[in-house]
Amino acid sequence: MPNYTLKINGKSVSFIADADTPLLWVLRDELDMVGTKFGCGIAQCGACTVHVDGTAMRSCQLQVSTLENEEITTIEGLSAEGNHPLQEAWKEVDVPQCGYCQTGQIMTAASFLKENPNPSKEEIREAMQGNICRCAAYNRIEKAVALAADKMS
Amino acid sequence: MSTQENKVTFSRRNFLRASALASGGIMIGFNLFTACKPNVKPSVDVENLNFNDFNAFIKISKEGYVTIYSPNPEIGQGVKTSMPMIIAEELDVDWDKVHVVQAPLDTKNYTRQLAGGSGSIRVSWPVLRQTGATAKQMLINAAAVKWGVDAATCSASKGIITNEKGETLGYGEVVNEAATLEVPEDVTLKKPSEFSIIGKSATNVDLEKIVTGEPLFGLDYKEEGMLYASVVRPPSFGQELESYDATEAKKISGVVDVITIGEKARNFIESGKTNWTFKLTKTDKVVVLAKNTWGAIKGAKAIKATWKDNSELEDTKLHDEKLTSLLEANDLDVRREDGNVKKAFKEADKVIERTYHSPFLPHNCMEPMNFFANVTSEKVHLVGPTQTPEFVARVAAEIIGCDLEQVHVEMTRMGGGFGRRLYGDFVYEALEISDKIKKPVKMVSTREDDVISGTYRPAIKYRIAASIKEGKITGYHLKEAAINDNMYGLVPHFFPAGCIPNYKVSTGNYKSNISTGAWRAPYTNFLGYAEQCFFDELAQELEIDPVQLRLNLLENVKDTKDEKIQYSGKRMQDTIRLAAEKGGWGKAKEGVYQGFSAYYSHNTHVAEVAEVELKEGVPVVTKVVAAVDCGIVVNPTGAKNQVVGGVIDGIGHAMYGNLTFNEGKPSSRNFDNYRLIRINETPKVEVHFVENEIAPTGLGEPGLPPAGGAVANAIHKALGKRLYKQPFIEELKSNIQG
Ligand code: FES
Ligand code: FES
Repeated sequence: MPNYTLKINGKSVSFIADADTPLLWVLRDELDMVGTKFGCGIAQCGACTVHVDGTAMRSCQLQVSTLENEEITTIEGLSAEGNHPLQEAWKEVDVPQCGYCQTGQIMTAASFLKENPNPSKEEIREAMQGNICRCAAYNRIEKAVALAADKMS
Repeated sequence: MSTQENKVTFSRRNFLRASALASGGIMIGFNLFTACKPNVKPSVDVENLNFNDFNAFIKISKEGYVTIYSPNPEIGQGVKTSMPMIIAEELDVDWDKVHVVQAPLDTKNYTRQLAGGSGSIRVSWPVLRQTGATAKQMLINAAAVKWGVDAATCSASKGIITNEKGETLGYGEVVNEAATLEVPEDVTLKKPSEFSIIGKSATNVDLEKIVTGEPLFGLDYKEEGMLYASVVRPPSFGQELESYDATEAKKISGVVDVITIGEKARNFIESGKTNWTFKLTKTDKVVVLAKNTWGAIKGAKAIKATWKDNSELEDTKLHDEKLTSLLEANDLDVRREDGNVKKAFKEADKVIERTYHSPFLPHNCMEPMNFFANVTSEKVHLVGPTQTPEFVARVAAEIIGCDLEQVHVEMTRMGGGFGRRLYGDFVYEALEISDKIKKPVKMVSTREDDVISGTYRPAIKYRIAASIKEGKITGYHLKEAAINDNMYGLVPHFFPAGCIPNYKVSTGNYKSNISTGAWRAPYTNFLGYAEQCFFDELAQELEIDPVQLRLNLLENVKDTKDEKIQYSGKRMQDTIRLAAEKGGWGKAKEGVYQGFSAYYSHNTHVAEVAEVELKEGVPVVTKVVAAVDCGIVVNPTGAKNQVVGGVIDGIGHAMYGNLTFNEGKPSSRNFDNYRLIRINETPKVEVHFVENEIAPTGLGEPGLPPAGGAVANAIHKALGKRLYKQPFIEELKSNIQG
C-alpha cells in the first residue's frame, strides 16, 4: 500500500492506505479523527462533510490519492477551541438530538456561511438540504445557522 | 387507570447504600429497579460497593463535586440529561456543578435498563427523587453531628448546609462523615413549586463533545489490535447461504481473513431458548475481516455467494392480499368489546367504513448498526449502541455458554435508535465473530447492510367502521391486519375506547419471514393516523367541527370506572383545547388549510394542528402546533426537542417512507432510493405543554402518532382529497405532476 501525506487541519500527516480509500475512512480508522461520520457512503446524507480548500465536500467520495496538495479541514480543525460561531450557535440553540449528523451539518453550514454571510431563511434551507438529520432537528439547525450568521456579521 | 403519582412504596434499605470512597468522599449507590419492587432484596455487599450491585450512583467528592452515573441508554431522547436533573433537584446542588457519566450495565440486578416505550422517566421518577432527597438528608445529618445540633434545625440548599446560627458547611466538607451514618428512612420531597432544576432547561450533557466531533458513538469505539468485520447476509428474506467464493475478497489489501458464522445463532434457536431481542435466522453468513473498515467493506463486495431459497420469497403484492383477506374474513381476535357493535350497526342510519394502508419502514438510524466484541476465556466484553444492554448480556451468556457475570456490556451514545437497537442481532453477530477468531472485533454495517437486514415496522392495514344514528356515533369497529404481530395489549384501551357505547377492536396477522419489530411508537405510529383521519371524515359527515367532535366524545369517558382505559378524558380535552387555542384553530389565513389530530400513547396526551399551503398546486406542510400533556416537564428544552423531532419524523415517514419487497428483497438500499424528510421540506413546529403537577411521562414517541393524521386532514381541506395510504407522496402524484 502506498504512503500518503495530506495536509489536514493545518498539519502534515502521513499514513499508508490504498489509493481508492475514501478520505472518510482514513480520517476515522487511520488518523483517529472520528468527528467525520459515516452515514451512507454514497454522497446522499452529508454526515461525512469536510472542507477541501474551504469548500464543503463529501469525504466518503474523496479518494485519498487525489488529495495531496489540498488543504483539508475537518470538524476537529474547524476552530481551535471548539468555538467557531457555528459551534457556539449550536450549543446556544441546543441543536443535537442523538448528535450523530451534527458535525456534518456544522461543516456544511461553515462553508455555506463563508459564501453567503447574510442568508435568508430560504437560502439556509436550500443550502442545508443535502444533510440528513434522522432525528429531525431541522428547526433548530435552521435557527442555529441564522444565529451564527448574526454572530459573524 | 390512575395517572396520578406512582403508588409504589419502597424501603430505602432495599435500594440505597452509601459508602466511603478510599479517595475521600461518598458514593451512594441505588438500584432503580429493585426500588420499584419492595420485596426484592438486592445482594448488596456494602463493603465493596460496585456496579454489579447498583445501576446508578451519586458520587460526591470532598471538594464538593457531584458526579451522577446515569443508568439509562441514551438514544437521543435526552434521559442522560433529564434523569440526573431529577436527582440533582432533590439533592439540591447547582446543576452546573454536576457531572454526568453513562453508567455501564449491571447484569445482575436490574430489569429496566432499556430505552424504549418512552418509559425511562415515568418508571424512575419516584426513585430518583427519593434517592436525591435521601442523600441530601444524610449530608444534613452529618453536618448536624459535626455541629452537635439537631438535624431538624438544619437545612440545605445548592450544596450548602446551614444551621440556626447561620453557620454553613459545604456538602464536600461532610461527605466522609455522611458515609458512616445510617441511611435515613424518612425524607421529605420537595413540592413541585420548589423545583429549581426540574422545569428549567438544561442542555444536552454531551453537547460540547458532539459539536467538536469527539468520540462518543459506537462506530467511534476502538481498541488496540481490533479487526473490522463486514457481514455478507442473504440478499432476500427466505434465503440461506449455499456456498461462497472468497478468492477475490482475499486479494483486497487490508483483508486478513474470511470466515462464516451462524452456528452459534442456530444452536441458540435449536436449544429452544428465546428472547425477544434475538432476531437472527439459522443461515450462515460470510464475514470479511480486515484491518480497516474500507478493506472490510470492499472485501464483502468481492465475495461471490450463492444463496438458496428455504422459504417463500414474499413480495408486497402478497402482503397486500393477505392483509386484505384478513380484514375480509370474520375470524379476527377480539381485543376489546363494549356493548353490542353488531346491533348498533344494524340499527344505524348510516355506516361509514374506511381502510388505511401502511408499508414496511426501515429505521434508518443515522449511525448504522455496529458493535464491538472481545471474547476471551475469562470474559466477554461488548461495547456499542444498544437500547437493551441487560437482555443482550443474557443472550450473549447463553450463546457463548458462560456465566452472566463474565459478560460486560458498555453502552456508547447512539446515533439514533427508534426501536432498531432494542434488538441484539448485530451484537450477537459481533459476538460470534469474536468468539470464532478470538480477537477483538468491530462489526460494521454499511447503510445497505442496515436497510436490507432490518427489523422493520411491519406493513399494517386498518379498517374502521362507525355507525351513525340520529346524528350520533353509536358504534365503532376497528380491525387491524398486520404482518407478524398485532398491537400490544394496552392499545385497544386508548382513545377512543370508552367514548363510544358500542365499541370493538379486533386483530389478526399474517406470519411473514421478513423480520419486523418495534419502530418509534409501535402500532400507534400508524393507528394514530388512521383513526384521526377517520374522525375527520366522521366530523364532516356529522357536520360538526372536528375539534368539537373529539371534545364531545371525550365527555363520555370522563367519569369512566373502566380500569382498563389508559388515558384521561379530561387531560385529553385540556390538551385538545390548548392545541386549538395555540394553533389558532379555525382562524387560518386565506390560503392556509388546517388539519386536526389528537392521540394518546405512551402515557402522554398530544394534540396537533397542522397547516398546509399550496405551492403551485402542491401541498406543503408549513407549520404544526402541538400541545402535550406529559405531566411535569423535567427539562423543557429537551422535552420540546423530543416532540418537535417526533412530529417531523411522523410527517416525513407519512409523506415519503416506503419499503416494498420483491422476491423477498427490499426495494431500497440506501438514501438514493429511500427518501427521508429534509430540512427544506420541514414545517416549523411549535410545542406547548399543559401545566400540571402530575408525575412525568414519556416524550420520545407520543409526538409522532398524531402528526400524519393532522397533515392528511389539512391536505384534505386544501385539495378535497382523502389520503388512505402511506406514503402520501404516491397518493399525491397526480396533484404534483398535474
Ligand atoms: S457518508 Fe458521505 S454523504 Fe453520507
Ligand atoms: S441529531 Fe440525530 S441524526 Fe441529527
